[in-house]
Amino acid sequence: MKYEKPVITKLQSGMMNKFGSSPLYARKIRTEIDSVPIAELVGKFGSPLYVFSEQKLRNRYRELYGLFQNRYPQVTFGWSYKTNYLQAICAVLHQEGAIAEVVSEMEYDKARKLGIPGNQIIFNGPHKSMPALEKAAKEGAKINIDHMDEIFDLEKVSDKLKKKIKAGMRLNMDTGIHPQWSRFGFNLESGQALDAVKRMAGAGKIVLNGLHCHIGTYILEPDAYAVEVEKMVQFANEVEEQFGFNIEYIDIGGGLPSQSKLKGTYLPPEVAIPSLDSYAEKITDALYRNLKPGDFPELILENGRAIVDEAGSMITTLFASKRLPDGRRAYITDAGVNNLFTSFWYKFNIEVDRELSGLNEPSIIYGPLCMNIDVIDEGSLLPPLERGTRLIISPIGAYNNTQWMQFIEYRPNVVLISENGTVDLIRVSESLEDIERNERLPGRLIIEVKKPEKND
Amino acid sequence: MSRIQHLAVNDEGFVFDPTTGESFTVNSTGLFILNKLKEGLTETEIEKQLTETFDEVPEELQRDMSDFLQQLKSMGIV
Ligand SMILES: Cc1ncc(COP(=O)(O)O)c(C=O)c1O
Repeated sequence: MKYEKPVITKLQSGMMNKFGSSPLYARKIRTEIDSVPIAELVGKFGSPLYVFSEQKLRNRYRELYGLFQNRYPQVTFGWSYKTNYLQAICAVLHQEGAIAEVVSEMEYDKARKLGIPGNQIIFNGPHKSMPALEKAAKEGAKINIDHMDEIFDLEKVSDKLKKKIKAGMRLNMDTGIHPQWSRFGFNLESGQALDAVKRMAGAGKIVLNGLHCHIGTYILEPDAYAVEVEKMVQFANEVEEQFGFNIEYIDIGGGLPSQSKLKGTYLPPEVAIPSLDSYAEKITDALYRNLKPGDFPELILENGRAIVDEAGSMITTLFASKRLPDGRRAYITDAGVNNLFTSFWYKFNIEVDRELSGLNEPSIIYGPLCMNIDVIDEGSLLPPLERGTRLIISPIGAYNNTQWMQFIEYRPNVVLISENGTVDLIRVSESLEDIERNERLPGRLIIEVKKPEKND
Repeated sequence: MSRIQHLAVNDEGFVFDPTTGESFTVNSTGLFILNKLKEGLTETEIEKQLTETFDEVPEELQRDMSDFLQQLKSMGIV
């Protein structure tokens, strides 16, 4: 036997105690999602299957929006398309009142196609092509400028359209959060941001009317937002006094955490993650402490994961099991990391669809990808699972349906369970035609199919 | 009797402490040490047996041992 450094790990008691009196028989069973049986979902739509709960999505949106609306007179949520831009998901959130927050021309076009007018689109990101900028400027989008070259580009657009263009600018700053996202926008502390404002004021083609910042994602420190807001409002005051611009909105970005467990963290999310209420309190408190009396610029938030992550689950089916040389039990499921991109940094909650017997043992869950990195769960205590068991993996609503990759298999169906329990297919699983649609096979490479020789 | 005597330890490295209801996992080397501690062996005796049983036991075995014992202490097991 090969020597390893001896280690002992305490198993998380929170999870254990919640699901049975004895940790040896801890079980997490889930037979339905929003009252629709797992068996019915898979029977109709196959496995693996992405399942979204419209009720959870709407409730979470209303809850989060309410926390800010109750504290501040002018609040707008911009739905972060990159977090999940399935049309149905965006449409639900637009129905709830969100405008669109996009970071590329593709996302911009997507929002427009869905029926969102340009003036209800926030256009962020470091790569806005000239045609995209021109389109957005014509349609009155809220453009947040990312860098000096974009200022030059937008001034050209202003010349071309023969009008002044209103725009915001993105800032980056030290809020005590590491890593500091300093590659986006203009740095505040170094004076870069103020220089940019000077430039805009001097040229007189761009009318600065908003400030934007996004300090990072999955921010566990409410105080970081207080620092962000304070610095933004102080900068707004400075810019208004020195240059006469009127800052109409303060867009503080997204980054609020979802109830997901980051790998390597010990505490369960219920304990590790501050309440959303505490963020709202810090943010609005910082606004009131720094705004000029009677001045209430629009507060914009662009939260993605905090709104959609928990509304999404993935049902996957156990296809095979094996014993690894080190004694651990390994399972192979039909959903790989290409469909569960966030597995690289989350430890998912995994539930099973049936009562199981047997002692829990350290188990590892693999996807079907024929690649060593295809690990859905590096180690959980599970009782021996039988072939065909469904595993329900959550939360997976954020980033997986945008960062997914097509790789060796067809991407599966996505369904949305409506509030009255009907199940709508919102993205159909792929076919070979879908995957090859944009390919072109040069004529000289076409393989001629020979007729089989008669065998008589 | 110390708490370690009560531990339920299975071959897969799953450890259950009936006095507190806590459970743990240990790897193969840790499991070996835990079982020897239950049998009442001393640290030096265990180190000797480890060297005989396992391949490629490193020079810093003593350090690993004391590190592991510290882990056990911090968990209240010894
Ligand atoms: C500019 C901007 N806004 C909003 C978001 C959404 O972030 P989150 O999902 O952490 O709320 C992102 C994500 O990176 C972003 O870059």
